[in-house]
Amino acid sequence: MLNSLIKNRLSGLLLLTVIVFILPAFFSNPFHYDMATQIAIFATTVVGLNLLVGFAGQISLGHAGFFGLGAYFSAVMTGTYGWSPVPTLLVGAALVGLLAYVVGRPILKLKGYYLSMATLAMGFIIAITINNEGWLTGGPDGMPVPSLSLFGWELSTFSVYSFLGMEISGSLAWYWLMGVLLILGVWLAQNLIDSPIGRALRSVHGSEVAASVVGVDTAKFKNLVFVISAVYASLMGSFYAHFQGFITPDSAGFMESIIFVTMVVLGGMGSTLGVILGAVILTLLPQLLADFHDYEMMMFGLILMLTMIFMPKGLLPTLSRWLGEKMHKQAEDKA
Amino acid sequence: MFSEFLQYLFTGITIGATYALIALGFTLIYNASHVINFAQGEFLMVGGMATVSLMGMGFPMPVAIIAAILLAAVLGVALQRLAIAPAKQADPVTLIIITIGASIFIRGIAQLVWGRAYHSMPNFSGSEPVTIGGAVVSTQSFWVLGVGAVLVVALVLFFTRTMTGKAILATSMNKGAARLVGIKTQSVLLLAFLLSAILGSIAGIIVAPITFTAYDIGIMLGLKGFVAASLGGLGSGMGAIVGGLLLGVVEAMTAGYISSDYKDAVAFGMIILVLFFMPRGLMGARVVERV
Repeated sequence: MLNSLIKNRLSGLLLLTVIVFILPAFFSNPFHYDMATQIAIFATTVVGLNLLVGFAGQISLGHAGFFGLGAYFSAVMTGTYGWSPVPTLLVGAALVGLLAYVVGRPILKLKGYYLSMATLAMGFIIAITINNEGWLTGGPDGMPVPSLSLFGWELSTFSVYSFLGMEISGSLAWYWLMGVLLILGVWLAQNLIDSPIGRALRSVHGSEVAASVVGVDTAKFKNLVFVISAVYASLMGSFYAHFQGFITPDSAGFMESIIFVTMVVLGGMGSTLGVILGAVILTLLPQLLADFHDYEMMMFGLILMLTMIFMPKGLLPTLSRWLGEKMHKQAEDKA
Repeated sequence: MFSEFLQYLFTGITIGATYALIALGFTLIYNASHVINFAQGEFLMVGGMATVSLMGMGFPMPVAIIAAILLAAVLGVALQRLAIAPAKQADPVTLIIITIGASIFIRGIAQLVWGRAYHSMPNFSGSEPVTIGGAVVSTQSFWVLGVGAVLVVALVLFFTRTMTGKAILATSMNKGAARLVGIKTQSVLLLAFLLSAILGSIAGIIVAPITFTAYDIGIMLGLKGFVAASLGGLGSGMGAIVGGLLLGVVEAMTAGYISSDYKDAVAFGMIILVLFFMPRGLMGARVVERV
């Protein structure tokens, strides 16, 4: 049953919605909500990245650059220049989308490792600039970010709100906001995948030459999905900045880019629920490993390596295939 | 004015020679297996750190160096056998993440064994720098260039004069055909990782007296090697050398004349610009995609 749930797109979305709404029943303190909010932010980012990596088959090793740009645009514009947060994050996303459009055209002509190299270089240039322009960004020490607010209503993890007569903590409110945005992000991504655009993208993944022979404008579609995934990252970067209340250049750095791609590949390229699972695991893993202190880095590397060696297709696709085979066998045994 | 330029040039060529050796390591593995080994920088770290720690235990420098190279060689073989070989059917992006996982793992162990501190290593000979045309050059720079040149000549002889070298070349050109004429392609892969690890560790050791060494130097050095290899064109030995030297000189000139904060950004900007116009690097082979 789980298998068919994962396979069927609509019920996948339903499953996600149910999980998002049930989960708070298991939370006992604000820390749990904060972790879940963080996971939702990263998950939405990689749902966007998965469109590029999993469906169009284009590797980006610099996606944290877009995430960081969104975060810093919100931080600087709301903090230093007093813009209102919500319009700011929209303007930020539009600018980052424009940047991705301009950079994407020439970069996406590159193939394989050359594309990884170019996206990696782009991410590095963004991170280095944020690091060096301390007058604007606070440099390596980072900068504080004001709370998210709309029409004078402020959303802070430290406040308590009343809603329909119920008391809601700021952490819970943030969780609902990002949970709903995650569901929305998944819904949009799945609609895109099922549209003619999605079909074109998958044909690019299969064989770019064949796709162009049958009349798919491969350059256009690759660039489009690059822009869309950059906008996802920028928006989530902005929310992340407001949620954390503080931002450092690390969130635009190479390691963060690697973590994003790893979430996609570990969870299962091309599987929307899979990459969310990837985000859950890679956000929780450092928390779980923190108890091992000095051994943390070694164990993280080991787990990463072993999972990818033994499940090269990613966790969710491997698990669902395994489940499928098992049930098939059971059915055969009965017959 | 000119002495200043000369100074930057020497600095650039020295660090560029190191980049070239890392890039050659990338090239060896890439040619044999089409894997980009993101753990390449860790071989340099292991070479430098093992030498420093063995010397700290009282071993003479040559013994420490040989032991460090052997350690890196074992690591290279283990990486191929335990991490790359079992995942041979994986996507390129999966392989990237496996080698990144391996590099984090190696770094984690290094941090446990050797700690987080930065270490310095004495020059191989004479601490008194030499003055050439007004530029001050450390004697270690000559070691880097000399050892680099010897390694390159040795590699060229190996690939053109020995059957083993030719077997590696044959495998890189056409794996199936190589197997048909009786080449054990699995051992060729192993050999490529072994050679690459040895090359990396030697580069790490000769550059350690100039740059210091620590458990986390491998990431950036490895990435620079990847930039150098892409700049020259992945898979081209000559390209790796040219790419490495060019990258080193551009970095040193940027640091000297523009801003040391932006030297890495200029290096990364250069690779994007080069790839815009030459999508397969400066010396990469023209390949037509077959359908």
